[in-house]
Amino acid sequence: MVDQLFPKIGLAMAEVLERVGCQVDFPEDQTCCGQPAFNSGYRAEARTVARHFLDTFEASEAIVVPSGSCTAMIAHHFAELFHKEPETLARVHAIEKRVWEFSTFLTQVAGVEDVGARLDAVVTFHDGCHGLRELGVKAAPRRLLGRVRGLELREMLPAEECCGFGGTFAVKFSELSGAMVRTKIEAIERTGAGTVVSVDPSCLMQIQGALSRAGSSIGTMHLAEVLASR
Amino acid sequence: MSTEFDQKVHVTLADANLQLAIYTATGRLKEKRIEAVAPDALPDYQELRTQANAIKKHAIDNLDHYLEQFERNVAAHGGKVVYCKDGTEVADFVLALAKERAAHLIVKSKSMTTEEVDLNERLEHHGLESVETDLGEYILQLARERPYHIVAPALHMTRYQVADLFERCLHVPRETVIEKQTALARSVLRQKFLAADIGISGANFLVADSGAVVIVENEGNARLTTSAPRIHIAIAGIEKVIPRAQDLATFLKLLARSATGQLLSVYTSFLSGPRRAGEIDGPDEFYVVLLDNGRTRLLPDKAKRQSLYCIRCGACLNTCPVYRKIGGHSFPWVYSGPIGAILTPQFMGVQHEPALPFASSLCGACGEVCPVKIDIPKILLELRSDTRKADAREHQNRLERLGFRAFAWLMTHPRLFEMAGRIGRSMGWPAGTKGPLGAWLSERDLPPLPAHSFREMWRRR
Repeated sequence: MVDQLFPKIGLAMAEVLERVGCQVDFPEDQTCCGQPAFNSGYRAEARTVARHFLDTFEASEAIVVPSGSCTAMIAHHFAELFHKEPETLARVHAIEKRVWEFSTFLTQVAGVEDVGARLDAVVTFHDGCHGLRELGVKAAPRRLLGRVRGLELREMLPAEECCGFGGTFAVKFSELSGAMVRTKIEAIERTGAGTVVSVDPSCLMQIQGALSRAGSSIGTMHLAEVLASR
Repeated sequence: MSTEFDQKVHVTLADANLQLAIYTATGRLKEKRIEAVAPDALPDYQELRTQANAIKKHAIDNLDHYLEQFERNVAAHGGKVVYCKDGTEVADFVLALAKERAAHLIVKSKSMTTEEVDLNERLEHHGLESVETDLGEYILQLARERPYHIVAPALHMTRYQVADLFERCLHVPRETVIEKQTALARSVLRQKFLAADIGISGANFLVADSGAVVIVENEGNARLTTSAPRIHIAIAGIEKVIPRAQDLATFLKLLARSATGQLLSVYTSFLSGPRRAGEIDGPDEFYVVLLDNGRTRLLPDKAKRQSLYCIRCGACLNTCPVYRKIGGHSFPWVYSGPIGAILTPQFMGVQHEPALPFASSLCGACGEVCPVKIDIPKILLELRSDTRKADAREHQNRLERLGFRAFAWLMTHPRLFEMAGRIGRSMGWPAGTKGPLGAWLSERDLPPLPAHSFREMWRRR
């Protein structure tokens, strides 16, 4: 998704990682983690894509992912997919420890909170469900945002409610998904923020698409884009 | 090709008053639960959840043992346990007993288990009068609707709708004050309690080591149902058994808090056996109907049988962003919300409503609030896979299956993936209102397409 639709997020993430002293490599064979197939009930197809992921990233020291949802798929659900294949499962367990959601990597592995960013904006942060509930991504992005000069973070209420994306759910139950994101947008609007920030590109696509449809002037940014600003 | 399920979802979403009613009522229950389990209110909440899960796991893993122990202890107190395979057997048992004892009037307290088997309809069909005595359930019985919510059955109805209903069904002047409506129902139901021959209740817990049926409630109607008539029949799913009375210390701390945010329900009744010599209250006869109705089918599946741990608190409904939009009656069976989405396919078969496990954004909020830690999102994913396997046999969803095969192929051929992306972006988003793209566009806009992919830009850097 970042590769084909939101390349700026990828570039921003690489820039921030380099700024904090990481050497960034982009294995060109990478495509997808297979979550769309897994969540749609096609486990054989998901396994095919997941195997490709394992092959591609076998040699990587740390795999930093600009999505809480993809990270959760790799770190939690690959094991479910291969529970009957001991050899692949061993490879999964080896790679699980090296997969990091972007904000978690910065705060826990790179050990930084202030990446020298500056953005004059009032923002609100959207917790992507998989990052929040499967990985516990809650404090890290807020700590990083807290160190961005010129930025004011205003929490939305309720903060932890789903934006209604849910992968194929968004198109299989589009009317329902639309109703869910409109409730989310009401919460966003109540904060008075001009920008919604998240660590999940798919949530952002859903929220941005609905904001645009509603004629709202509120914009969306990935955390990496905020942190790359100066 | 819109299904009945799609239709119900659409109708509910389009009803602004109903949307407000559902969202407000579930929101209130949700907030109360959050306060009741907050660290300062219940410091050992997470430990209690872990403990409750372990007790349920142990009970379900050893179900045969604990059911037999429960049965022996009920018999020791002078009661009788009756095993029923399905709704027909339950109705046959009640009808035969009613005939033998010349019983005509039955009062009922709230029970989702009896809703499962349409007990009222079956009894009425044979000429018995069976009256719901929980206020919400009574309203629904008059309206001839099924519960909208596991713990708040009439959550979707306004007092004005209730006023119309009472006026029409009870032939009384229209009354819109809730307290007066309650008093009205009370005066009707009090007469029923006094005249009833049989009281039918559900059960929240069946305690194996004491043979007790435990019922929690707020209105006192369950206590009257189980003590005023000369016969009491408790009807419960076999999964309701717990090993020891002391386990209640765990479950009772969790149940009311998760359901309504109360520390305890107003009434917690422990019923073991008929009235004994010297006692002034209680029935002459005491029966416990243990219902299977598909539950044993879940037992062989180690991943999914945790679905049977459910204590019917309704917390997953209140927190679910999908339930809070589509409400209870969109669901194809008596159980709604996330728990309904996993119980229905397992009890009724995945083909009962194949779309059900897919009607979730998999946000995980349900699993987070479940007091017995049922991993609902994981079970939904398992059921999605089961449904697709069942589809494959019936040659349904061919196009989608082909689509995901193509997806898997493209994702394992990075050069072709890159080329397909380049061609796609150069052509722009296709126009049209059909397929997934049309569904997306019906609610939202698409992002502008970038000129270059990340990998192209990365190479040039």
